[in-house]
Amino acid sequence: MTESQKHSIQTTEGAPVIRIGALQWVKSNLFNGVFNSILTIVMLFFLYKVIPPFVKWAFIDSLWLSSAAQCRTVNGACWSIIPANIRFIIFGFYPHELHWRPFLAMIMLVSLLFYSKNRNHWNKYFGYLWLAGLFIMGLLMKGGLLGLTAVESDQWGGLPLTLMLSFFGMFAAYPLGVLLALGRRSKMPAIKTICILYIELIRGVPLISLLFMSSVLFPLFLPEGLTINKILRAQVAIILFTAAYIAEVVRGGLQAIMRGQYEAAESLGLNYVQKMRLVVLPQALKIVIPPSVGILISAFKDTSLVVIIALYDVLKTTKATLANPSWMGFSPEAYIFVALIYFLCCYSMSNYSRRLEKELHA
Amino acid sequence: MDTDLTKESIKRAPENKIIEIDGLHKWFGDLHVLNDIHLTVYKGERIVICGPSGSGKSTLIRCINRLEEHHKGKIFVDGIELTNNLKNIEKIREEVGMVFQHFNLFPHLTIVENLSLGPIWVRKVPKKEAEETAMVYLEKVHIAEQAYKYPGQLSGGQQQRVAIARSLCMKPKVMLFDEPTSALDPEMVKEVLDVMIALAEEGMTMLVVSHEMGFAKSVAHRVLFMDFGRIVEENTPDEFFDHPRHERTKLFLSQILH
Repeated sequence: MTESQKHSIQTTEGAPVIRIGALQWVKSNLFNGVFNSILTIVMLFFLYKVIPPFVKWAFIDSLWLSSAAQCRTVNGACWSIIPANIRFIIFGFYPHELHWRPFLAMIMLVSLLFYSKNRNHWNKYFGYLWLAGLFIMGLLMKGGLLGLTAVESDQWGGLPLTLMLSFFGMFAAYPLGVLLALGRRSKMPAIKTICILYIELIRGVPLISLLFMSSVLFPLFLPEGLTINKILRAQVAIILFTAAYIAEVVRGGLQAIMRGQYEAAESLGLNYVQKMRLVVLPQALKIVIPPSVGILISAFKDTSLVVIIALYDVLKTTKATLANPSWMGFSPEAYIFVALIYFLCCYSMSNYSRRLEKELHA
Repeated sequence: MDTDLTKESIKRAPENKIIEIDGLHKWFGDLHVLNDIHLTVYKGERIVICGPSGSGKSTLIRCINRLEEHHKGKIFVDGIELTNNLKNIEKIREEVGMVFQHFNLFPHLTIVENLSLGPIWVRKVPKKEAEETAMVYLEKVHIAEQAYKYPGQLSGGQQQRVAIARSLCMKPKVMLFDEPTSALDPEMVKEVLDVMIALAEEGMTMLVVSHEMGFAKSVAHRVLFMDFGRIVEENTPDEFFDHPRHERTKLFLSQILH
C-alpha cells in the first residue's frame, strides 16, 4: 500500500459528541438504580457527619501560634505544637545554633533532585555536579573543615537523617538490585546460587531484624576498639534489604523481554554487557517503573524503623516532642504534620514516576 | 517473479569457502534436530533452504552464528572455527548478519539508532559516520523517510526492510535469513523480497530459509531440501523444481506449489 492510499482510507467523520447537563449527569451516575441511590445517600450522610466537625476542629476552633497552656482552654486543634517545636522535630539533637547547616544541605539535596528531573540536564558534567553537591552536603552536616564546627553523627537526626537514609538507600539499592537480578538469571551456577541465596535470605527476614543485627550482632564480630558508625550500619542494612526486593522486580522485567531481542543483539556481535546495557535493560527497567517506585516508596517509609536502634528520624523526634509534659496530648496534630511530610515526599515520587513513564512512552 | 538476475558462476575453490559445515549433529533433548549435516558455502553463493516445519532448517542457520550450540561436528565461518570461545563467537557474529522471522527490531530505539547501534559499539565507528551509513542503507531499502520513527510505528514489511538494513550496516560477509517473509501480510511480501533480490544482485552471500519458491527459482544458485534433520536433496533450482529425485521432495513440492 502506498502512502497516499493509506491517507484516503482514514475516515473524515468524527465520533458523535454527547452533551449532557449537570442534573442529567447526577441522575445517570449517582442515582441510576435503587442500590446506587442508597449508596449515594449513605455516603452523603457519612461525609456530613465527618467533614464539618473536622473543619471546625482543624480550622475554626484551632490555635496556630500560642502557648501550650492556651491550647488547653480550647476544643480545637492545637497546631501551635508545630511552630513551637519545629526545630527539634526537623533537626533533632543537632546543635541549635548550627541548624542552618542541615537546612542548607536539605535544600541542596531537594534542588539537585528537582534539577535532575529534567533528563536534558543529564550530560557529562551532571555526575560531577552531583559529586560536588554530595561533598558539600556532607561537609555541612559533619563540619570539621573550613572553620565549620565538627558535629558528630550521633547528633544527627530528624528530617535530614530520614532524607539521607532514604536517598542513599534508594540510589545504592537500585543498581545493586539490577546486578542481583542479572546474577540470578546468569548461566554461571556459582553466581546464580549466591544471588538466589542472598535474595531469598534477605527477603525472608524483616527489616527490623536486619537493623538489630547491624547494631547489636555485627559489632560483636568486630575486633576490639574498631567501631563502625551506627548511621552507616543502618544505611547498609536498608540498602541490602531494598536491593533484594528491587532484584525480584527487575527480574520480572527481564523475563518480559522476548528472546528475539537477546538474539538480535547477539547476532549484531554485541557482548554480554553491551547487550544488557543497550538493549535489554532499557526495555526491562521501563516496564518495571511502577513496581520499582512502589518499593522505593515503601523503603522511604521504612526508614522510620531505625528508631529501634535509637536513631532519631523525623517520626522519633515528633514522638519525643510529645513526651514533653507541656505538649503531651496533642499527638493528632503532631502526627498529621509528620504524615504530611511523608505524603509530600511519597507523592512527589509517584508523580515523577508517572511522568517518567509518559516520557519514555512505556 | 521476473528478474533478469544473472547467475554468475561461483568459483568453487577452497580459497573461496566462506562457510564449512562438517558432520554437524544437534539434539533438543531426545529429538535429533540436525543429523550429519555437510555443507560448504562459497563466497557470493545464494542458497535457499526449504523443508517441512520441524525439519531443522532454522536450527541449521542459527548454528552458523551460534544462536544455537551444536553438539557434534565442526563449523568454520571465514576460516574461524565456532567453539565455546566467546571472542571467536563475537568475531563471527560481526561478519554474519541475520534477519529474523519476527524482525526483532529494538522497540526503544529509533530506526536510525537501531541501525547504528552495532557499528558504534561493535565496530567502534564514530556516531556521526555510523548514522550516515545508516541513512545510506535506509535509502537502499527505500525507507529513509522513516529514519526518526520508532519500529512500532512501521508496518511489518517496513520493519523487515529496516531489519535487513540493520544487518547490512555491519557490512557482513554472509547474510542469514530465517523465514523473512512468513510473518508478513501477503501484500508486504514483495517489498521485502525485492530488497533481498537487490542484495543478491550486489553479490552478497546469502543463506535463506524460505518457502518463497519464486524467489528460490530466480535468485538461488542451490536449493536444499531438509527433512528430519537431514539434507535430503540438493540441486540447482531448475533441476530441483522440474526433476525432484526423492519421493519426499516431490510430495513437499506438490503440497507447496498446489
